[in-house]
Amino acid sequence: MGMLEIKGIHKDFGEGEVLKGVDLSVNKGDVIAILGPSGSGKTTLLRCMNFLEAADGGTMRFDGEEFTFGHVKKKDIARLRKKTAFVFQNYNLFLNKTALQNVTEGLTVARKMPKAEAAAIGHKMLDKVGLSDRYDYYPHQLSGGQQQRVAIARAIATEPEIIYFDEPTSALDPELTGEVLEVMRQLAADGMTMLVVTHELGFAKTVSNKVIFMEGGAVVEEGTAEEIFGNPKQERTRAFLRLETKDDGVGKEQ
Amino acid sequence: MLFYGIFCCSPPFYPENIDRKVTDMSERTLHILTDSFWKILVPGLKVTLPLTAVAFAMALVIAIFVALIQFANVKVLKQIARVYIWIIRGTPLIVQLYLVFYGISGLGYLINPFVCAAFVLAVNEGAYCAETMRAALEAVPAGQMEAGYCAGMKYHQIIRRIVLPQAMRTAFPPLSNSLLSMMKDTSLVASITVAEMFMAAQRIVARTYEPLLVYTEVALMYLVFSTVLTWLQHLGEKRLNRYRGVKKAAVR
Ligand SMILES: Nc1ncnc2c1ncn2[C@@H]1O[C@H](COP(=O)(O)OP(=O)(O)OP(=O)(O)O)[C@@H](O)[C@H]1O
Ligand SMILES: [Mg+2]
Repeated sequence: MGMLEIKGIHKDFGEGEVLKGVDLSVNKGDVIAILGPSGSGKTTLLRCMNFLEAADGGTMRFDGEEFTFGHVKKKDIARLRKKTAFVFQNYNLFLNKTALQNVTEGLTVARKMPKAEAAAIGHKMLDKVGLSDRYDYYPHQLSGGQQQRVAIARAIATEPEIIYFDEPTSALDPELTGEVLEVMRQLAADGMTMLVVTHELGFAKTVSNKVIFMEGGAVVEEGTAEEIFGNPKQERTRAFLRLETKDDGVGKEQ
Repeated sequence: MLFYGIFCCSPPFYPENIDRKVTDMSERTLHILTDSFWKILVPGLKVTLPLTAVAFAMALVIAIFVALIQFANVKVLKQIARVYIWIIRGTPLIVQLYLVFYGISGLGYLINPFVCAAFVLAVNEGAYCAETMRAALEAVPAGQMEAGYCAGMKYHQIIRRIVLPQAMRTAFPPLSNSLLSMMKDTSLVASITVAEMFMAAQRIVARTYEPLLVYTEVALMYLVFSTVLTWLQHLGEKRLNRYRGVKKAAVR
């Protein structure tokens, strides 16, 4: 059994189901790439898993605890969120905090860690994402790539059991995606468990150990990167990969 | 007072060929101006400014509280907040002042006019500032709240440390505007017997029959106060801008 299991997750915003019973199983150390066309429900899935959106049905098992969506207590949500981290497409750094404060906020405020200890961790995390010269910069003083790396530093600072990434590079100029993907690649190599919604097929191909293809609110196909990219079984997967490959070229990261 | 002394005590030493009448008139004008300067400035410093400061501080507290109630969508309290804003914004300040001051006095209770003025001004301004604050809170991107939750923070922690500071920055210029308006509106409390700057001017006019002169003088006094407040606003904005990329186009 995996560390995190999702069964039959449903979500309807009122105009039809956006998630039509998605199952997902994550083992410790997995790097799972979620692919799929726009509007297929990838973001919604991640957001429901972290309770940023209230799913209508389905269950979640995390660390041996079982939860039913729609019936999770506030207290449990808060507790579960402390074991996870989220990296947003548009970074969502705290705009009134410096890079360092962005990283330490979750430690000092949410986890009551002493300031000095948190600052030490903050420095270490920012060093790790290559921002040792940007501790005291405010988000508006950083490039998109730098902001997203701060966001990743913020995510790993709390030592989460899993990090959700929602298209972490798609708001970035092409020349800045590389620096963010490189940091993520490093995290994967360090054994971090990651669930990554992405359009970067190169990243999915080379870094993830499992690929999920979603369409229309359901999982169409899943398998290892070799299976999905080398020998996709579903015609829809094949069509999607053909289109994406034509758009931006598979493996441009390599 | 010093000028006053000089002008009163020194005997006229002008040569006979200068028109005495003109000299008398300008002397009298100067006398009234210097005499009233202090009589207007002192209540300005002792009443108008403290009243402004106290009432605005209370108004801010009310505004933040009322705005947060609406932002957090607290049932019942939210309706009460809307009714409060509706009533206050729908009635004139002067009527509110009369209603509270003469209303309470009429019931036979003694009420300190300054306290009453501060209270009414605060409640009045609080309603306007609450709307400013609500708009500013709503202008903070939803992602800030979500990022806070994902970092493990609680609602009140995110509000206090992330959302409110950003909203305050957005609200700062319009709030400064409100402060300026309120400082000028304190002139209305003369009508409930608070001896502030404008009442001082009215008294001098009643004595000297020089409305043009004295009201010009008090207008200039308000202008100076406003200018100082505006200057403080710019200082404040500069400080707050450190975390807000004030996006000024580098080129035109
Ligand atoms: N808050 C919302 N209210 C109503 N409908 C929503 C909301 N969020 C998403 N949807 C709808 O749900 C569907 C799935 O959206 P979602 O953002 O999950 O897609 P996605 O796979 O992440 O797409 P993309 O690749 O463009 O990011 C879309 O049809 C979208 O219009
Ligand atoms: Mg999306």
